[in-house]
Amino acid sequence: MTENTGSNKIDSFHKKKNKEEMQKQLISFALMIVFTILAFVVVATGMMDKMLVIPILLILAIVQVAFQFYYFMHMKHEGHEMASAMIYGGIWAAILAVAGLSTIVWW
Amino acid sequence: MSVAATQKRGFGSVLWDYVTTVDHKKIAHLYLFGGGLFFLIGGIEAMLIRIQLAKPDNDFLSAGLYNEMITMHGTTMIFLAAMPLIFALMNAVLPLQIGARDVAFPYLNSLGFWLFMFGGILLNCSWFLGGAPDAGWTAYAPLSTTSPGHGVDFYVMGLQIAGAGTLIGGINFLVTVVNMRAPGMTYMRMPLFTWASFIASILILFAFPALTVGLFLLMFDRMFGTAFFDVSLGGNTIIWEHIFWIFGHPEVYILILPLFGVFSDVFSTFAKKRLFGYTAMVFATMLIAFLGFMVWAHHMFTVGLGPVANSIFSIATMAIAVPTGIKIFNWLATLWGGNITINSAMLWSLAFIPTFTIGGMTGVMVATVAADYQYHDTYFVIAHFHYVIVGGTIFGIFAALHYWWPKIFGRVLREGLGKLTFWTFFIGFHLTFFIQHFLGLMGMPRRYWVFHSGDGLDLGNLISTIGAFFMAFGVIVFIINVILTARDEKAPADPWDGRTLEWATASPPAHYNFKQTPLVRGLDPLWIEKSEGKGKMTPAEPLGEIHMPNNSFLPFLFSLGLFVAGFGFIYQTDNKAWLAVLIGGMAFSLGTMVVRSMKDDLGYHISKEELEREAD
Repeated sequence: MTENTGSNKIDSFHKKKNKEEMQKQLISFALMIVFTILAFVVVATGMMDKMLVIPILLILAIVQVAFQFYYFMHMKHEGHEMASAMIYGGIWAAILAVAGLSTIVWW
Repeated sequence: MSVAATQKRGFGSVLWDYVTTVDHKKIAHLYLFGGGLFFLIGGIEAMLIRIQLAKPDNDFLSAGLYNEMITMHGTTMIFLAAMPLIFALMNAVLPLQIGARDVAFPYLNSLGFWLFMFGGILLNCSWFLGGAPDAGWTAYAPLSTTSPGHGVDFYVMGLQIAGAGTLIGGINFLVTVVNMRAPGMTYMRMPLFTWASFIASILILFAFPALTVGLFLLMFDRMFGTAFFDVSLGGNTIIWEHIFWIFGHPEVYILILPLFGVFSDVFSTFAKKRLFGYTAMVFATMLIAFLGFMVWAHHMFTVGLGPVANSIFSIATMAIAVPTGIKIFNWLATLWGGNITINSAMLWSLAFIPTFTIGGMTGVMVATVAADYQYHDTYFVIAHFHYVIVGGTIFGIFAALHYWWPKIFGRVLREGLGKLTFWTFFIGFHLTFFIQHFLGLMGMPRRYWVFHSGDGLDLGNLISTIGAFFMAFGVIVFIINVILTARDEKAPADPWDGRTLEWATASPPAHYNFKQTPLVRGLDPLWIEKSEGKGKMTPAEPLGEIHMPNNSFLPFLFSLGLFVAGFGFIYQTDNKAWLAVLIGGMAFSLGTMVVRSMKDDLGYHISKEELEREAD
């Protein structure tokens, strides 16, 4: 019986943690839906110039990817340092390649 | 008892064991055999090239055949010999060095090998089916998109399949290093070979997708009527060069970094010293990898990128000489004051330092944009990259094979023959390639099938060809060495008084590697235990059941399906009936994936009693 001592306390701690986690997930989920609707609205209504729409869409996309990685795929949790290093390394390699091609070949 | 039992097994059962194996040590044997076979094929191609260039106006090979020969020599040596030989070393040693029982994904490990093997066979089938690829190993468009026949199609499909295998292998080693290290084996306690292989695997992960994309574009241009590289339809041929070198430059670091790790391990073992500047070595390796992604355009200085782009890539390239220099000096400092044993493995490593330094020096020379206009597409470049790839990668593979042969096959290679291999190959190498610097400076262009007697290139080319025969002799002696030692006595577990974890296992190790996972107490863990008088590793866990993966025939079948589909892709341009072969092959591969997904394969357990029965 002794090993169960304090398990209620841990349980309540975990419950609180899980609740906070759930809240964050719901908030980011809601934000992602808002961002998606925003993106559609901006394009569908044609309210803005093309020069303005493309950067806005890109920023919205980047924020959504960040939400996806950090909240839904738990990259903000501990023990994901190697995964983030790899992801950022890959993004860096991809940016270099695209930047190289676009500045040298297409510009 | 168990050894006698394995020796009595029939050939068929051994073959079946290897075809279905998921054990990293047996996959290392397979990679060694496959890579060795292609190394010999690539070597024969090299010899034919040198014979053709032995005298002026030679007609030993026709011009077209010569183009096929240089293309296949480069492609075979890079993709089908050097890469798999490096994977052989990683498979054989890396899990042992971090105290793991196997790689993270044993099934994928097997799949990676069979994809490489079938890709290599597909590429080499072209010799018998109307001619090999002839657009150079770089397959620049529009030469590659307009090359008649199916040669370049074989190049595209063969490399695509083999490249998928390489990508799978790289990811597997990444996950293995991140997740499978023994208790106490922190990142900064990993042996340099493991570190270098880890970083090379990162390079594979980021660089090979570029090759995959490039090959797909080329494939669609050649087989399905797209025009990515067709200028007359709005395409751009330079894009191929960029994509190829965005892959290609990291690729040459993939080829050299693991061998840097090998040299570090060999030097510290045979100088009986801890590696000098361990931390600096690790960060220099990372820095080389990091810079390796922003230098690709130095292969394209003469394309006309403009002075700004050329200058940026020139400076980034020269910056790589700094971390490389850090490494060279750390190796020298490791040797300094060491208790040095000179044997075959050490000879290859010692010879590497000056050879690679010459290659690095000519590397800075060709990185100088203005001068590169003179060097570009001459034999100077040929000499440069053979000094780094042969002087680094091939010397390193030979050093590693002599060093780890006891761990891989349980036999120690013979010293006398090892030294004969080294000296003939070493002298032959410098005879072949040193003179090519000067041939290049005298204006001898790359890839030409003849030179004329009035050009003043006769003597240099003759010396070069004679050197090539020395190298071939060295390789033959090595093969004789391998065959002779197969009947020798079993090697001791630790023949070199080693420092790292692989020497704490038997030679060759049991199929579960470590009966109990070892506890790592610092850098060079076995050496720590030796210097404290214990001599063997402290277990990190009580003796218990070991969970092992089951063998599987599916990776072979999956790769076979893609191999067949490859022929379908290549020949459907002639006759649409070949689409049946294409779809059949793909469906077969898909079927093996479905089987793999549906069938529960939970592996098996080695019981504690069984482990207790086995001798230590």
